[in-house]
Amino acid sequence: MAHGERPALSDLPRPISDPPLRPDLISLSASAVASTSGSRAEEPDRLGASHKELPDADARLVFVGDPGRTDPRLSLPGNAVRTAKYSPLTFLPRNLFEQFRRLAYVYFLVIAVLNQLPQLAVFGRGASLLPLAFVLLVTAVKDAYEDWRRHRSDRAENGRTAAVLEPGGSGEFRPLRWKDVRVGEVIKVLADESIPCDMVLLATSDLTGVAYVQTINLDGESNLKTRYAKQETMFRLPDITGGRAAVVLRCERPNRNIYGFNANLEIDGKSLSLGPSNIILRGCELKNTVWAVGVAVYTGNDTKVMLNSSGASSKRSRLETHMNRETLFLSAILVMLCSAVSVCSGIWLTNHEDELELMQFFRKRDYSAGNDKNYNYYGIAMQVFFIFLMAVIVFQIMIPISLYISMELVRLGQAYFMIRDTNLYDESSNSRFQCRALNINEDLGQIKYVFSDKTGTLTENKMEFRFASIRGVDYSEGKDPSPYNSNIYHVVVGDQFWRPKMLVKADPELVRLLKSEGETEEGKHARDFFLALAACNTIVPLIVGTPDPKQKLINYQGESPDEQALVYAAAAYGFVLIERTSGYLVIDVLGDRQRFNVLGLHEFDSDRKRMSVIIVCPNNTVRLFVKGADSSMFGVLEKSIDLDVIRATETNLHSYSSMGLRTLVIGMRELNANDFKEWHSAYEKASTALYGRASLLRAVATSVEDHLQILGASAIEDKLQQGVPEAIESLRQAGMKVWVLTGDKQETAISIGYSCKLLTSEMTHIVVNNNSKESCRKSLEDAIAISSKFATISSRVQNSRTGNGSAKPPLALIIDGTSLVHILETELEEELFRLATVCDVVLCCRVAPLQKAGIVALIKNRTEDMTLAIGDGANDVSMIQMADVGVGISGQEGRQAVMASDFAMGQFRFLVPLLFVHGHWSYQRMAYMILYNFYRNAVFVFVMFWYVLYTGYTLTTAITEWSSVLYSVLYTALPTIVVGILDKDLSRMTLLKYPKLYGTGQREERYNLKFFILIMMDAIWQSLAVFFIPYLAYRDTTIDGSSLGDLWTLAVVILVNIHLAMDVFCWNLITHLSIWGSIVATALCVIVINSMWFLPGYWYSSFTCLHYYVLFLLISLSFGPSQGVRCEKKNTPKCLYVYMLIHKIFVKFADTTFYIRAIYHIMGTPLFWLCLLGIFAAGMIPYFATKALTEYFMPSDIQISRELENFGNCNESSNTEIPMSTFSQTQRFIQ
Amino acid sequence: MNHANGSAVAGSSSGSGDDLAPRRNSKRPKYSRFTQQELPACKPILTPKWVISVFTLIGVIFVPIGVAALLASNNVVEIVDQYDDKCVPPNMTNDKVAYIQNATFDKTCIRTLQVLKNMSQPIYVYYQLDNFYQNHRRYVKSRNDEQLRKASQANETSGCDPERTANGAPIVPCGLIAWSLFNDTYKFSLDNKNLTVNKKGISWKSDRDHKFGKDVYPKNFQNSSVIGGAKLDPKIPLSEQEDLIVWMRTAALPTFRKLYGKIEQDLKEGDSIIVTLENNYNTYSFSGKKKLVLSTSSWLGGKNDFLGIAYLAIGGLCFFLAVAFTVIYLVKPRKLGDPSYLSWNRNPAGN
Repeated sequence: MAHGERPALSDLPRPISDPPLRPDLISLSASAVASTSGSRAEEPDRLGASHKELPDADARLVFVGDPGRTDPRLSLPGNAVRTAKYSPLTFLPRNLFEQFRRLAYVYFLVIAVLNQLPQLAVFGRGASLLPLAFVLLVTAVKDAYEDWRRHRSDRAENGRTAAVLEPGGSGEFRPLRWKDVRVGEVIKVLADESIPCDMVLLATSDLTGVAYVQTINLDGESNLKTRYAKQETMFRLPDITGGRAAVVLRCERPNRNIYGFNANLEIDGKSLSLGPSNIILRGCELKNTVWAVGVAVYTGNDTKVMLNSSGASSKRSRLETHMNRETLFLSAILVMLCSAVSVCSGIWLTNHEDELELMQFFRKRDYSAGNDKNYNYYGIAMQVFFIFLMAVIVFQIMIPISLYISMELVRLGQAYFMIRDTNLYDESSNSRFQCRALNINEDLGQIKYVFSDKTGTLTENKMEFRFASIRGVDYSEGKDPSPYNSNIYHVVVGDQFWRPKMLVKADPELVRLLKSEGETEEGKHARDFFLALAACNTIVPLIVGTPDPKQKLINYQGESPDEQALVYAAAAYGFVLIERTSGYLVIDVLGDRQRFNVLGLHEFDSDRKRMSVIIVCPNNTVRLFVKGADSSMFGVLEKSIDLDVIRATETNLHSYSSMGLRTLVIGMRELNANDFKEWHSAYEKASTALYGRASLLRAVATSVEDHLQILGASAIEDKLQQGVPEAIESLRQAGMKVWVLTGDKQETAISIGYSCKLLTSEMTHIVVNNNSKESCRKSLEDAIAISSKFATISSRVQNSRTGNGSAKPPLALIIDGTSLVHILETELEEELFRLATVCDVVLCCRVAPLQKAGIVALIKNRTEDMTLAIGDGANDVSMIQMADVGVGISGQEGRQAVMASDFAMGQFRFLVPLLFVHGHWSYQRMAYMILYNFYRNAVFVFVMFWYVLYTGYTLTTAITEWSSVLYSVLYTALPTIVVGILDKDLSRMTLLKYPKLYGTGQREERYNLKFFILIMMDAIWQSLAVFFIPYLAYRDTTIDGSSLGDLWTLAVVILVNIHLAMDVFCWNLITHLSIWGSIVATALCVIVINSMWFLPGYWYSSFTCLHYYVLFLLISLSFGPSQGVRCEKKNTPKCLYVYMLIHKIFVKFADTTFYIRAIYHIMGTPLFWLCLLGIFAAGMIPYFATKALTEYFMPSDIQISRELENFGNCNESSNTEIPMSTFSQTQRFIQ
Repeated sequence: MNHANGSAVAGSSSGSGDDLAPRRNSKRPKYSRFTQQELPACKPILTPKWVISVFTLIGVIFVPIGVAALLASNNVVEIVDQYDDKCVPPNMTNDKVAYIQNATFDKTCIRTLQVLKNMSQPIYVYYQLDNFYQNHRRYVKSRNDEQLRKASQANETSGCDPERTANGAPIVPCGLIAWSLFNDTYKFSLDNKNLTVNKKGISWKSDRDHKFGKDVYPKNFQNSSVIGGAKLDPKIPLSEQEDLIVWMRTAALPTFRKLYGKIEQDLKEGDSIIVTLENNYNTYSFSGKKKLVLSTSSWLGGKNDFLGIAYLAIGGLCFFLAVAFTVIYLVKPRKLGDPSYLSWNRNPAGN
């Protein structure tokens, strides 16, 4: 509709060929200059890189419309994509290879292989392989399922159809499946269709060659981007499609830079250069354009979207690193046990060497073969060696194999709860919490440093135009009590009314000024000012319909929120941008629609920090409008005439930025004929240059952007996100250091710091603001001196007045990017580190993306403390990847940060529940689970070890081999996983109420060497109780090995489960079912295995065990959630019923075919039960007493808070308490 | 003006329409107590009350059980007679192994046992071996359960090394365990009257029924060059060879008793029992002891004071701990859930 009354194409002057588009370069900051916050490339010199010449060797030659010539050997990949990792054939080897990259699995494999040697066969072949096979199988099934889903989506993707030009010059497009599209083919895409491969635009339905694409699938940005077809190809399309024009495209090799493209198009002997604005990428959708025709240049896995689809980052959590240390200790213990056994057996053999022959239970020789050769005896030395290896096999579960898989399952469960947490759901962007990295949940509980971006992270990045200073006059009276009153400008188009989508408050005085007839000087300046705002940008207006057919909304689409705000503001003052093409603008100037031809546009870049546009006004004057950051603009203003205006503007700017507003300076220059000619020829030359185009263009821009007349300055507000001050306050209370790294000006940064309570009035500011290394050194030294002085004063103050908690005056360090250039990666780093660590708050302004990463690295490399970086834009990517935990805000600035992050969420304030609640829980649960796993396997191993001492050191296990291999994967695995997922030491409300509780994780209070040693000592004591009580009770009786073994198995399993039960903080139904169910299931398994022991039906018995396990798992999973969920209830009884039936049949079968009676002999005696009871009492007393003592006399903060939770409310039942807590919590954080 | 008003109204309505669109497919997670981790739960805390009651409860349970166990153990009458040294003729004490290996020597040996306390039937007769590692890895594995169970599996001797075959034919029952079957025999007489020892039903019924076949007969047994122990009557099926069944249920510990039989007759204090035994089994080669045990039994099994003492000790310890905790709690009371104990409230004051 917007095109309905498009003026005829102007023939003079030629529309610029390189349209304004996303600047292909980095912005120094996300916010300093207009049109920049959208830029998201990372390397500062990308500009040069993407426009460098293309040597033939590095180029891909594409013959447009002729895939056969383009790719004669079919060496280029087809357009079929393949995200799936495996094929049915390669699944097994590849998956196994991937899995065995974990060292622990190799260990278990080696042990299983050792066990296959006949001399060492401790377990049956099946038994030794089972745990490893089980773990591998679970992982393989998981991988296979994921891969199957990828296969399915690949198939769907490859099977879509695209309209491809019929070869042979018919000009017809025929449907072709995506996977059959080849490089060089000409493809037609219709509106709202997806683009099948990366293609260079040849023509579009729009006369100017514009095509709009939505890149939401590529980078998540929902605003429309403009792409252009070259005029040269636009109008030669019939020739190209008809095969009459040989068009050759020379483009760079496939690379993963989404925002860069460099190619030359040779048509009719002319060479055209193509940039990123001429290519549309696979995964995008064509919008607001009827059709577009392009030539495929990258297909299939060469497309940029595929090259960019790398997996999530794989980090390793702090806890896991520590766990590896303890695993080493365990290995040492293992080696000690094995050495002890082998040495003892050596001694025993030496002592009995002469008797071995006649000992009935040894019988060194085998007489049956006639010659009396030794039977399985290779001399004492070999025997000792074998015993050592066998001991490793028997005691292998000292290193808990199931721990690795349990940890993965637990993290999965924790992630599930994080994602489903309604408190982490952002209403405004309709985004859930995302857990992108699944292996560092517990790190969230140990954060000490938070590095935060400002724009879009602390603030909403929804810009709102607030004030204008025009020619030094401050118009900041806009706080009109009646907003949007009569100031809405409509554009009347036919019988329709168009109005801007967003309404901006207008200053009445300024409105009056603009409307005033007659050429007052002020009125003219004001009009120029707003004309500049409306014209000097890269915004594209889109007309959107409303339910009222007469009413249309103008939606300004652009990559920079600042520019959007400026254009909306201009519209509110009557300068409504209606249409933009590469060649002209249509602006409704106070009701009078005017057309401005655009002669040239100098894109924003980080060196100039400004952009400019050259337009022809209706009165045929040629004008240059420039807008940019004050620092860059004041240098190019004409100071000789307007000095007082500049001064006044500077004052205004200062007051704006100290209010936390983002400022831009607008300048203008009228080009006279000479200037224009000079510029025009330089510009023509530069923009058609093949080599070094970008730097040439920049030179042209720099030369023309000079001697500007100041028009004024604008102030844009970026509102703080909800709850940011409270969140920062909480984080600081929790002992975290919050650093803000921003690209904003110092004044802006400081004022935002105040408004988000990062800075307070009682803080002492230390400002480091230098531009040479020496001055940096000096100011750092001064600052350190000041800070240490403060520290001594504060300690003295603290000594004299005890009891005053806030004795130390807080210090705030404010440092800017220029100083950081001289400090980072030099010897001054150390001083900065010393200074920064004593400061409570650090504010870095004007920092570049790589500097952000450098600051994170400064802390990360020098301390053990965990760092978290949170940001929303591309400029935060390096910081997010550098930090231990990277959090992305899925906000206005696209999804680059989210893609690079480990966790992503909608609002900064969610950091508080994420860290305090989920982080704390995850840390606490994982820490406990690891320790418990070490403990429970150690108990079992020690019990076996004591027994070995009574078997002539021959590694007989009274515990059946099946029990010993199933112990850690089945008997005791489920409860730990359930507890690891569900246990809560404190309620959400308490954790949020007392931020200091977060210190538990920072101080590593739940998992450290002390705990490890204690729990190992407990494990040894309990194993002594488990072993020696039955041993002494059954000494000198007829007890047989398997019965005693069953007693030991049951005792260990029940004991470790009781231990777990004692440590569970929060008992819900699922916990009950899993712990008690696990004990019952173990007992059943032991009975079954016992009766199977003599039979070949090993598989049968293990299946029976699995059966019981699945049964209990099912019961606990189906009953548990259904307590709270209504909808899931309907499925449970049915499947439970079916399972019960199977179970019944199974038991009946087992009972008749195989007798479940053997263990009844021992279970039928009171001695058995008295032994069990005695074991539990004797085993648990030390732990129980220690626990009771420490909880009472050395209560941790957690303990006190738990008591507060229980006794603060007289009503102990949590049923009434919990909904209330969610309520108040919701109020606090959703508000 | 009219236009302005009209558009404002329309604008707001369209705005709300815009807002509604995302709400319809909102990704807001569904609220449920499960997903919000708010399942009804009980959060027990170790309060002093709990600690003291747990200790007291354990004490209350354990002490009586301990007393009962001690009483039961005391009521058991046990006669133990170690005969391995005594039954070697004095001239052979220097080379017991040679004595026991020589089949020509008469191995009969007479022992007299004094009954010191009334023993009520059934009186269990055990033999006890010391230092005999029936749980030795080589030994424990050396059997084949398939062969014992089914006659058709007679040739199945895998795992039976080094007693799989003799003279080229498979042994039934094969393996070291069966080969080393204990072969001392005991005959008891009281006042010149034979005391019958019932050797039926000394093994587990489940073993007889399911593990040792009714149609499996010993074959080629003890035919190899070294004889390990008792021979078996090839006419009696394994399921009725109860001594073998008992022996083959390998003991858990290196000192063990095996049931030999039952005397189903009361013995009176002062009775002296004459035991005529055949001392055949070679434990001399590894200095193992052999004992003959006559014992009554209680609800708790045989004579063993350990459990009673352990229970008394645990119970006593718990009582002590209960008292100790009570005292500690009284001396240094702490108000539960007092926020002033939180570390950040405590430290500044403490310094």
